[in-house]
Amino acid sequence: MSDAPQTYSAAAEVGQVLTRRGRLERAKIALRKAPISAWFGMIVIAFYGLVAVFGPFFAPYGEAEVFAKADEPWSVFGGNPAHFFGTDQIGRDVLTRLIYGARNTIGIALITTALSFTIGGSLGLIAAINRSWLDQILSRGVDVLMSIPSLIFALMLLSIFGSSIPSLILIIAVLDATRVFRLTRSVAANVVVMDYVEAARLRGEGLGWVMRREILPNITPPLVAEFGLRFSFVFLTIASLSFLGLGIQPPTADWGSMVRDGSRFIQFVAYDWTLALPSLLPAGAVALLTVAVNFVVDWFLHKTSGLRDEQ
Amino acid sequence: MSSNSNGGRDRGDKGDILLEMRNVEIDGFSDERWHDIIRGVDLTLRRGEVMGLIGESGAGKSTLGLAAMGFARPGCRIKGGSINFNGMDLRGANESELRKLWGSRIAYVAQSAAASFNPAHKLIDQTIEATIGHNITGESAAKADAVELFGALQLPDPDNIGSRYPHQVSGGQLQRVMTAMAMSPRPDLIIFDEPTTALDVTTQVEVLVAMREIVERFNTAAIYITHDLAVVAQMADVIKVLRYGEEVEEAETRAMLEEPKEDYTKSLWSVRALQKPEDKGDDIALSIRHVDAAYGRSLKVLHDVSIDIPRGRTVAVVGESGSGKSTTARVITGLLPPMTGEVQFNGEALPAALKDRTKDQLRRIQMIYQMADTAMNPKQTVGEIISRPLEFYHDMRGAQKEKRLTELLEMIELDASFMDRLPSELSGGQKQRICIARALAAEPDIIICDEVTSALDQIVQEGILKLLLRLQKEFGITYLFITHDIAVVTAISDEIVVMFQGEVVEQGLKSEILEPPFPDYTKLLLSSVPEMDPDWLTDLVANRS
Repeated sequence: MSDAPQTYSAAAEVGQVLTRRGRLERAKIALRKAPISAWFGMIVIAFYGLVAVFGPFFAPYGEAEVFAKADEPWSVFGGNPAHFFGTDQIGRDVLTRLIYGARNTIGIALITTALSFTIGGSLGLIAAINRSWLDQILSRGVDVLMSIPSLIFALMLLSIFGSSIPSLILIIAVLDATRVFRLTRSVAANVVVMDYVEAARLRGEGLGWVMRREILPNITPPLVAEFGLRFSFVFLTIASLSFLGLGIQPPTADWGSMVRDGSRFIQFVAYDWTLALPSLLPAGAVALLTVAVNFVVDWFLHKTSGLRDEQ
Repeated sequence: MSSNSNGGRDRGDKGDILLEMRNVEIDGFSDERWHDIIRGVDLTLRRGEVMGLIGESGAGKSTLGLAAMGFARPGCRIKGGSINFNGMDLRGANESELRKLWGSRIAYVAQSAAASFNPAHKLIDQTIEATIGHNITGESAAKADAVELFGALQLPDPDNIGSRYPHQVSGGQLQRVMTAMAMSPRPDLIIFDEPTTALDVTTQVEVLVAMREIVERFNTAAIYITHDLAVVAQMADVIKVLRYGEEVEEAETRAMLEEPKEDYTKSLWSVRALQKPEDKGDDIALSIRHVDAAYGRSLKVLHDVSIDIPRGRTVAVVGESGSGKSTTARVITGLLPPMTGEVQFNGEALPAALKDRTKDQLRRIQMIYQMADTAMNPKQTVGEIISRPLEFYHDMRGAQKEKRLTELLEMIELDASFMDRLPSELSGGQKQRICIARALAAEPDIIICDEVTSALDQIVQEGILKLLLRLQKEFGITYLFITHDIAVVTAISDEIVVMFQGEVVEQGLKSEILEPPFPDYTKLLLSSVPEMDPDWLTDLVANRS
């Protein structure tokens, strides 16, 4: 090659040098290459997010506003045109409840997941760095918690502490933190042995710096993917606890209890299929969000795990 | 031209053409676009001939080697040219035709034997897998032949070694088993891709001898890919130098070594000429006193090690892997507190454990690692990496920090534009320079260099060594240089410490250590370092036997 420098210089050294790219540019490239499923997931999540944040502006009525006629069908199936999805067993507008439900269910799931990541993530990091008696105590403690089926354990704890929203959040967060702990500890263990972590320790850096600045940025991709997945699980756990009557309490709207309330008519569906709608509608809302989150997580995992499609 | 049957062999007495590649062009897809990897290279190989492919990393050696099999790595494509093997057009051949060829007529020996074996199967089964898979011979015949090959490759206990699993043999043995695997179907062509790069010098010699003999015995043609010129001088009949995916020159080994034509080739050849005059120092900066150290309670790795490191000088610690070189560094840095003995720094005993040392003590001893890739946090930019010691030790902020950062980058011959780059956006040599800058930022008295050049190409190595020497001259830094490469030792050291199995065998000035008489181990170590003389290996084998 004639234009190549003939003498050696450090700045011009060739190798497998990647082009310098800013964060924004890298994100753009990633988005451009995202598959349709990921796009679908992102759009659905964005829609849910909008509804959750701006719910009160969209909702036609108040969250606990009761109307004269209970159990009205959808307006397209001959119900009152004022209530598009009809009314529930005590006459509240179902569309309004659905919108407020998004806010409560998603909001609580998000707080719970964030809390479980804070607890599980930091303990997992400490265990991975420490690798001594502390690691043993934490890991065995987590093993004990994980050996009890989590839904049954959560039910038990909720009946002990009473099902208020703070206790609901705390109990599920702690139980879920065990899974996060396991994941964080195992991915961090691979990073802790790297020379740059040793270099930081030789420099005299404290535990906080090593955790936050050296290890955390390098284990973010699996943790973010896990966050998405965990969020789905927490979401389902809350919905199922609400369905069982121990989750979010009335009059606060949430999708799990809406499914339960609607299910009274389930045995008559053989005679009139529209009777399935009151429980299918919130159940569908739960399902759609779970699928959407999983699509995005799948894409993200695929992208960061180094799985490459052959060109 | 010598007609010596070993070493640099004559080209004229070889057979007809086995492999002919014409104007081969290969593209690789990375970073969102197609890049040229190979830009029109011709290659002709005769039966029984060994060709050495050399060049720095990124020159396209391995890609060209694989293309000789008609194979392109995932993400690569063979764009143009023709590849003709034994009368067959490999570019036109379909997948199943190529599969018939691979592992029977053409075999491949990879760099990392440990990563290439299946840990769950016995060596003998893996050795003969291709042979019986292609129905070349029956199982029992193949096994008997494999035992013979193990013997020819001088593996210990050839009758039974095959029944072991990969983790039960050493790295050098595994590399020879892999050669046996490649040889088992009696291929016409073997491609060796840096087969000894990961091995110690003493082990490397054994593997080289074994490979050369077996290739010669069966008159197999081979392509030998390496960046080590001295190794290629022993193995190849012809050498082809590649750079930026193009051929620089090709010549018979002896001719190439005696009078390379191109400037680039000459620069490759001159690398090993770097030599620093030794200088005895009396002011001891760091002194290791009677240190015993162990991992856990039982595995003792250092036995009564005492080393004195004079201020402003370079002490090289040499020895093969497992000799306790790196453990010594861990004791000095405080990562591994010794069982007995102590480390004195400027005449005072250093606390044994890292956590008991003061910030100032930590600052004065810095470390540079072998693998610059793993020594830098991939999520931090160059600026962040270098500025951390500035903030941490010297409490620099804002404009003062920026100014110092630019100075440091200039010191390592890079400019300020590198500040925003991530480690993945740097080449190997640049990464190592950043690690040096990070150590310098602390303004240390002593820098421990743990095999800092062994992962680099020779031309880059030279650049790094020159930089280290210049910095020593300017700032009077003391180096403890851990290495197994004798060429590096002669280039940089004032004093040498030879270690073997956790003990110091010898220590003294460079001239004393490198001159006879030698203790046995030093002699073995020194004689195992390949030289740029095609007859070196032949002479060595003759001398040792």
